[in-house]
Amino acid sequence: MLSFVLRRLASAVPTLFIVVTISFFLMRFAPGGPFNLERPLSPQTMANINKAYGLDLPLWQQYLRYLGNVVRGDFGPSYIYRDNTVDQLIGMGLPYSIELGLWALGLALVGGVAAGTFAALRQNSLLDVGLMTLSTVGVTVPNFVIGPVLTLIFAVTLSWLPAGGWGDGSLRFLILPMIALALPQLAVFARLTRGAMIEALHTDHIRTARAYGLPTRTVVVTHAMRAAMLPVVSYLAPCAAALLTGSAVIETLFTIPGVGRFFVLGAINRDYTLVMGTVVLIAVFVIVFNLVVDILYGLLDPRVRHE
Amino acid sequence: MTAPLTGRRPLPMTTMTRTLRRAALIGSLLLGASPALAEVVLNRGNAGEPQTLDQAHTSINIEEFILKDLYEGLTIYDAKGEIVPGAAESWTVSDDGTVYTFKLRDNGKWSDGSPVTAEDFVFSLMRIEDPKTAAGYANILYPIKNAEKVNKSGAPLDQLGVKAIDSKTLEITLERATPYFLELLAHQTALPISKASFEKNGADFVKPGIMVSNGGFKLTEHVANDHLTLTRNENHWDAANIKLDKVVIYPLEDQAAAVRRYEAGELQVNYNFSADQIERLKKQFGDEVHISPALATYYYVFDTRTAPMDDVRVRRALSMGIDRDFLATEIYSGSQQPAYGFVPPGLPDYGAPSLADFATKSQLDREDEALALLKEAGFGEGGKPLEIEIRYNTNPNHERVATAVADMWKTAFNAKVTLVNLDVSSHYAYLQEGGKFSVARAGWTADYGDPENFLAMNTTSNKTFNYAKWSNADYDALMAKSNDEKDPAARAKLLHEAEALLMKEQPVAPLLYQNELWLVSKKVKGWVDNANNQHLSRFLSIGE
Repeated sequence: MLSFVLRRLASAVPTLFIVVTISFFLMRFAPGGPFNLERPLSPQTMANINKAYGLDLPLWQQYLRYLGNVVRGDFGPSYIYRDNTVDQLIGMGLPYSIELGLWALGLALVGGVAAGTFAALRQNSLLDVGLMTLSTVGVTVPNFVIGPVLTLIFAVTLSWLPAGGWGDGSLRFLILPMIALALPQLAVFARLTRGAMIEALHTDHIRTARAYGLPTRTVVVTHAMRAAMLPVVSYLAPCAAALLTGSAVIETLFTIPGVGRFFVLGAINRDYTLVMGTVVLIAVFVIVFNLVVDILYGLLDPRVRHE
Repeated sequence: MTAPLTGRRPLPMTTMTRTLRRAALIGSLLLGASPALAEVVLNRGNAGEPQTLDQAHTSINIEEFILKDLYEGLTIYDAKGEIVPGAAESWTVSDDGTVYTFKLRDNGKWSDGSPVTAEDFVFSLMRIEDPKTAAGYANILYPIKNAEKVNKSGAPLDQLGVKAIDSKTLEITLERATPYFLELLAHQTALPISKASFEKNGADFVKPGIMVSNGGFKLTEHVANDHLTLTRNENHWDAANIKLDKVVIYPLEDQAAAVRRYEAGELQVNYNFSADQIERLKKQFGDEVHISPALATYYYVFDTRTAPMDDVRVRRALSMGIDRDFLATEIYSGSQQPAYGFVPPGLPDYGAPSLADFATKSQLDREDEALALLKEAGFGEGGKPLEIEIRYNTNPNHERVATAVADMWKTAFNAKVTLVNLDVSSHYAYLQEGGKFSVARAGWTADYGDPENFLAMNTTSNKTFNYAKWSNADYDALMAKSNDEKDPAARAKLLHEAEALLMKEQPVAPLLYQNELWLVSKKVKGWVDNANNQHLSRFLSIGE
């Protein structure tokens, strides 16, 4: 098990190297630079700035320098947010994204699994059809629609909750962005759970358990759930990585000071270092959660064993 | 952070449910409970996160609003947007207009209580021009003697024309008389920093808790992308007249979200909203909706290096073919005004801009004249086909404008028009690096309230800003002469002549004068709309 984890972590190194390299050159091949703005800078100023940031060096030298710094954990200065380094920006934003992301993930997982299970147990009933219709809506309605609608109802019309901002970080500030962030994922979890649960309920070992006269509750929670969780768990990795590294849309709609926006803002503004920093961050999260999921798989499914 | 995911069984989910349920309960108890506020707080929506709070790196107005609340330049704009003494109490100007001697206020203090000295200003100005600082806007202060030389070739900093005569007397020498120099000093790049603080803290001098400022407020909190808290600076020389205890600034990138927060009563002031909301907001908020003319021009540039745009007849015809009223009312819902001059109105010393000769004609007459001009130039029926490509930076409004203009040219001149859009960096990089084009969109917002700031963009020597690569000796001569003219009226006349020439030649076709859009609650007192778009929180208060 330990050697499995170590092997996986070792294989993450070349993966990250490839991610860094590809994104470095992709960014550089996009036209324009971080300092081409509506208000153009004079060529001399541009030269001063390029010199200060080492952007006047040949590209391969910049790449090697960048690679060396990344290995040391230094993602360099942000070209757009000039008072901060990329490390500082991510350090400031990540806790907010993670906190909101965890709440959303919890809500999506618990709500989705519960809804999916209930729907599966009453397959083709009115409840099932209702829940699945709702989840189709959840999957298809984008969060840039859900967010404003929630705000209009609960903040503008009813004045129950703040329209945005992190405030003092209390839950009332988090409820609307958390719901907007969680709903689409909740819907996915619900559909996955329902499908897997229906399948699990028709397997031989469940039929056997039923034949033994075990109560439905035990059959579902102890036996069927375990099998039904497999697809849910495999979806957990991309979902967790996406939620915890922040959503640009939700953060913009609700003015959440997380890291999700940096990726989009960085790309638009050609803030090379900021984009690279967030790309690496997302890559790390994806790798870590894939690993976590593989471990969970081993625990849930006796057929999977990590040597 | 993986706590809820590492468990073996569904157990952690039930714990999670319980936590959630408990949290939801606590949350519902908190609903509606807003803390009683004894202090006077102004919540200002600002259209985005400042990229920097460093005077050497700032370039956009959302930074300007914050920086000018924090710092005070030698001159400042008052509530009406007029230049008044700031950190300097008074000044004298030498007869030839090249030496300014500023007397700083005796009671001028930094937020840490130390005095604001002439040495601080010398240090700040040197820092901006130091090539090592790589200040993006160093060029705006090039009128200061040797500033350009220092900034470009790294001449010794002490050659810069700034000198501390004593701790409260500052002397600034200019390259040549610069009629708008007092306006320049009110620009955010000319705001001072405390030398002592910078020497102690280095680049961290911009951080909350560390920053030392001399304006009406000091920075007490900065959560990037969430808010900045500014607290009244008790050491400010006019602190007794500052009515607000706190100003909280929210960086609201998404205009619709900003409007929702204003509607929810979370903001008393909000900068910028989408033009298509004007009618609705006016119905709801009446005169809380402020549409105030700005010193900004939205224009199209013709590449005068290549045919057919090298032909003044074609440029004039195309410019005449644009129905500016349509753009202003239909696309911008009246949030912008049709433009026929390059300099926006609202500059007191300059008066109304010199307009293109076709400004007074009806759109139908313009089109007839345009068709005749095109025919003369060999286009139109039986002539060469007119092929045009409009480049613009990606933005829904710019796209609507380009589509409308393309349609106007197609209908009126049977032109073949294609559209190309790039994101803002690529678009301006292309223009600035001298890429060939036929028509391109550009915009300019004044750095300081002087027509020179607009007109100088079109001189032959202006390699970066003159996207049209238009070169006209008469125009260059008029601009040079205006720089040396000391009499304001005579200078304004020269600049008017230059603008009239520019509008006759149309290397640039101004389309719209822009307006600034603000939402200002009735509770806010002291707000005055002004073309310079200057609204220091210091001059605002909150009533019932």
